[in-house]
Amino acid sequence: MKLVTAIIKPFKLDEVREALSAIGVTGITVTEVKGFGRQKGHTELYRGAEYVVDFLPKVKIEAAIKTEMLEQVIEAIEKSANTGKIGDGKVFVFDLEQAIRIRTGETGAEAL
Amino acid sequence: MRKIFTVIALFCALGLAAWTAQAQDKAADKPAAEAPAAATAAPANAPSATPAPTANKGDVAWMLTSTALVILMSIPALALFYGGMVRAKNMLSVLMQVFVTFSLIVVLWCIYGYSIAFTEGNSFFGSFDRLFLSGTFDPIKGDFSPAATFSKGVILPELVYVAFQATFAAITCCLIVGAFAERIRFSAVLIFMVIWFTFSYLPIAHMVWFWPGPDAYTDPKLVDELNAKAGWLWQMGALDFAGGTVVHINAGVAGLVGAYMVGKRIGFGREAMSPHNLPMTMIGASLLWVGWFGFNAGSALEAGNSAALAFINTFLATACAVLSWTFAEWLFKGKPSMLGAASGAVAGLVAITPAAGNVGIPGAFVIGLAAGIVCLWGVNQLKRMLGADDTLDVFGVHAVGGILGALLTGVFCSPALGGPGFVADWVTGKMIGTEYSIASQLVVQAKAVGVTIVWTAVVAWIAYLIANMVVGLRVTEEEEREGLDVNSHGETAYHT
Repeated sequence: MKLVTAIIKPFKLDEVREALSAIGVTGITVTEVKGFGRQKGHTELYRGAEYVVDFLPKVKIEAAIKTEMLEQVIEAIEKSANTGKIGDGKVFVFDLEQAIRIRTGETGAEAL
Repeated sequence: MRKIFTVIALFCALGLAAWTAQAQDKAADKPAAEAPAAATAAPANAPSATPAPTANKGDVAWMLTSTALVILMSIPALALFYGGMVRAKNMLSVLMQVFVTFSLIVVLWCIYGYSIAFTEGNSFFGSFDRLFLSGTFDPIKGDFSPAATFSKGVILPELVYVAFQATFAAITCCLIVGAFAERIRFSAVLIFMVIWFTFSYLPIAHMVWFWPGPDAYTDPKLVDELNAKAGWLWQMGALDFAGGTVVHINAGVAGLVGAYMVGKRIGFGREAMSPHNLPMTMIGASLLWVGWFGFNAGSALEAGNSAALAFINTFLATACAVLSWTFAEWLFKGKPSMLGAASGAVAGLVAITPAAGNVGIPGAFVIGLAAGIVCLWGVNQLKRMLGADDTLDVFGVHAVGGILGALLTGVFCSPALGGPGFVADWVTGKMIGTEYSIASQLVVQAKAVGVTIVWTAVVAWIAYLIANMVVGLRVTEEEEREGLDVNSHGETAYHT
């Protein structure tokens, strides 16, 4: 099992969700996050005061998947979240040791 | 600390009881004989053959409406306008400072404020004739004392005037809160307000607005004697329709002194201190605009031509200022911002305040357009030059806009520039007409501005010093970093 974590542009969330559903990913978790990467922040001007905003809002999605789906999932995220501009985000892949469905007590790939 | 409060509360209660008793006696003894100075207009002195004028119901209805509109300007309008501009951790502290200052001043106004500002005394202070509003209402006879307006034979119940002016005193004090927001100790705010209200607001209101009223001017021989009873700046001929000097310059300068005395916020100029909720600032600015019709058009004291002129000027100049601030910001800073548009509205409202019923439509255009640009400069270049952390730009908007409006009032009041001029002779009611001299009126306006700046600056400085000695002006560094809401008030504005 793998845990795929992707940081994407917030407005791309719907497209990414649709792409993942289409290839059979049954669930994802979404968090609103802030951070910085190579994309520069922006400046905000309030009357006389100018502030540089370093942390930009992004969305983090997490999906626990079967190992054999990994290539498909990565490709789906890459395609759907891509705008070609700086700041599109990143995908991280982790090994997932165990998964448990709380309601039934199923474990492993059964629980995904 | 708690003991001190108990003692103070006890004394206040005792004093109140004693005064009320005395006031009742006084009212019963000599009801209308000792007419309020603001109402020396008073039918009391009139020959008994002519019936005393009664207040017009339309005027009273308009003035009560205006009074309620000005209340709306402080709470919630000013509180929201200011609150939206601070960081989330200090939201409630700003709302509280405005809310409690407003209430404090209304109470002080009814105890002694009105009496000192609007009864006959010397050119700087009135008297104690109206302590606890005694003499405004005779419960035995059911008589309400009259107050003068700007027309002969037109009066208001004095209590209407008391209430209307109470809202002015209260909002003026609330304006200052913006300058030292996000770091001042709450008790220091209250101590400062009591001192500053008593020794700056009251005398300046008296100097600018107190006069014996038009009905007193019955004979040319009386004119000098009557003029001598008026406030100092009134005698000088200063024009201030609704409070350019009394309200905005007064509060704006007190705010700047406060910004210096309280010191800069921790992290000022280094950390981001962006407004936490600009929609609230927009709502506040919009409600201020609505309430300001009561402030300016209500200052006509009658529902008539003067109110109509003040109304359209307040409407037009504000719209002009929104446009000029927005386009200037777009041009010089790159983007037209919502905060800029809201600030432009307030700048326009401030600048048109002294001019409202004193200029014509051309004046409203020029004052509004100028206000947006000059105040934008006030919160940028001027602010940097001054080097003070005036949190919400009370000086840059209110003092700068107030000075601009006060000076341009002297220019655009001229009938040659579409203004109404002013009454040159209160005995005959003759207007100044073509004899209006822009240069000499401008000098008078500048003097009034200068007097106000110096007076309020000195009083404010002393008031901050006293507050600092008694309780200390600032909260601790840790409390400031954590936010005033939780530390000064034990609450949090937003729960997620």
